[in-house]
Amino acid sequence: MSLATRLARNGVAGWLLPAAIIAGWEAAARAGLIPANVLPAPSAVAEAFWRLTLSGELIRDIGVSTLRALSGFAIGGSIGFVLGLANGLSALSRGLTDTTLQMIRNIPHLALIPLVILWFGIDEEAKLFLVALGVFFPIYVNTLLGIQSVDPQLVEMGRVYGLDRRALFFRVILPGALPSIFVGLRYALGIMWLTLIVAETISASSGLGYMAMQAREFLLIDVVVLSILIYALLGKLADSLARLLERLSLGWHPAFQKG
Amino acid sequence: MSAATLTAARSLIATPAQARTIGSVEGRRAFAFKEVGKRFGDKIVLDGISLDVRAGEFLAVIGKSGCGKSTLLRLLAGLERPTSGSLTFGAAEEGHSRTRFMFQEPRLLPWASVVKNVEIGLTGIAGVAEARQRALAMLEEVGLADRADEWPSVLSGGQKQRVALARALVGQPQILALDEPLGALDALTRIEMQQLLERIWLDQKFTAVLVTHDVGEAVALADRVVVIGAGRIALDLDVPVARPRRHGSAELAHIEGTILDRLFSRA
Repeated sequence: MSLATRLARNGVAGWLLPAAIIAGWEAAARAGLIPANVLPAPSAVAEAFWRLTLSGELIRDIGVSTLRALSGFAIGGSIGFVLGLANGLSALSRGLTDTTLQMIRNIPHLALIPLVILWFGIDEEAKLFLVALGVFFPIYVNTLLGIQSVDPQLVEMGRVYGLDRRALFFRVILPGALPSIFVGLRYALGIMWLTLIVAETISASSGLGYMAMQAREFLLIDVVVLSILIYALLGKLADSLARLLERLSLGWHPAFQKG
Repeated sequence: MSAATLTAARSLIATPAQARTIGSVEGRRAFAFKEVGKRFGDKIVLDGISLDVRAGEFLAVIGKSGCGKSTLLRLLAGLERPTSGSLTFGAAEEGHSRTRFMFQEPRLLPWASVVKNVEIGLTGIAGVAEARQRALAMLEEVGLADRADEWPSVLSGGQKQRVALARALVGQPQILALDEPLGALDALTRIEMQQLLERIWLDQKFTAVLVTHDVGEAVALADRVVVIGAGRIALDLDVPVARPRRHGSAELAHIEGTILDRLFSRA
């Protein structure tokens, strides 16, 4: 086995490029190619990281932001999931709500920010509302699609073999819809961070976005860059968790089987 | 062509509703169609089918595509209701499922292991622990005991259809309805499956109703062959050939010829 294949197997390969970029960036900053007031060196960012970690500020802000993101996700995601299930399983429910939902879906949710600020001020509710609205649609659309694309032949088989409605749902329909639901989940996680960053940047008194905006006021460019990097890492972490869940629950799927 | 076979066939066409006892072992009735008709909108698919099948019989139903043979099977399995006429069954036995349906496709749940798929055949019949025991025993029967915990996606087409057969039979049905289940398999796997099906049928003594477009398969397996044409029974013929039958024997070829003649003389 060549070194490259082995690195790829261990998942190391994906980190080679970011590491190279950081090394190049550090070298360029030290050589004076990048002025420190445009982009601070990685070592300066690391220093800022250390400083803020020691003061407890960073942990607190990450905690606040994560809590907001997850609460908004839980609210919007569960409403989207339930409505997706309902509209996938019942033609009546779909007939009543789908048109309305599709119309709302076409409004970019960030365009509602002025309205949301008027409604909720700049309190927690505003951010929760925006995040919930943002994650609602990917979850809703993909849950609905997943249920609608369950093989009707399998559903007929389940009926013929006497599965009741409950068993039919849990053993045939839900597992069949799961791959699509996971696509929605991963997409929603991306939107969750995006929405939160925008909401916190515009109006907040705590959280990562607030930290970045404060740093801008005081021209602490290392902290601004740090907060951007942390967003990237948090996004990657959320995606990895979703992938792990996917692998654990979709072991039957040929796409997730080894060799 | 034997004159005797043809005469027998003709006399049966003349009185299709007549109770049949030829070659009967126990004579108990598995099910009976009485003047059953089925319409979808204006289209008449079945037009007064009368058919009396005794328990333990292996019946093959042949016909060109669109002749209503699959509809006949779906009526039998309760997937459709007849528009006219009636359908009666023999007494149901305790602990047995009455009718099981084997589809053209395996229709296995890809997210359930092989043994879990077989356990679906015991829904409402056996508890969890017992279901697993019986499913494993049935897998042994179809020669897939060592694949019990694998995903269906790693099995070949023939193996998947064997799992589907195990699922259909694990509940010990009184009637097994087979809708061209071997149609998609390659010729060699097909013969293997036919032999497996015959062996299990001889062993479990259920009533088998096999819908097929392969006349060779029908005469190789069945005690009795029914040809459906234009929504009616065009031919009802016994296959009085001893088992084990040999593929391509002169006797089978002769009966096959008779059926093919009938299929193509009346288009």
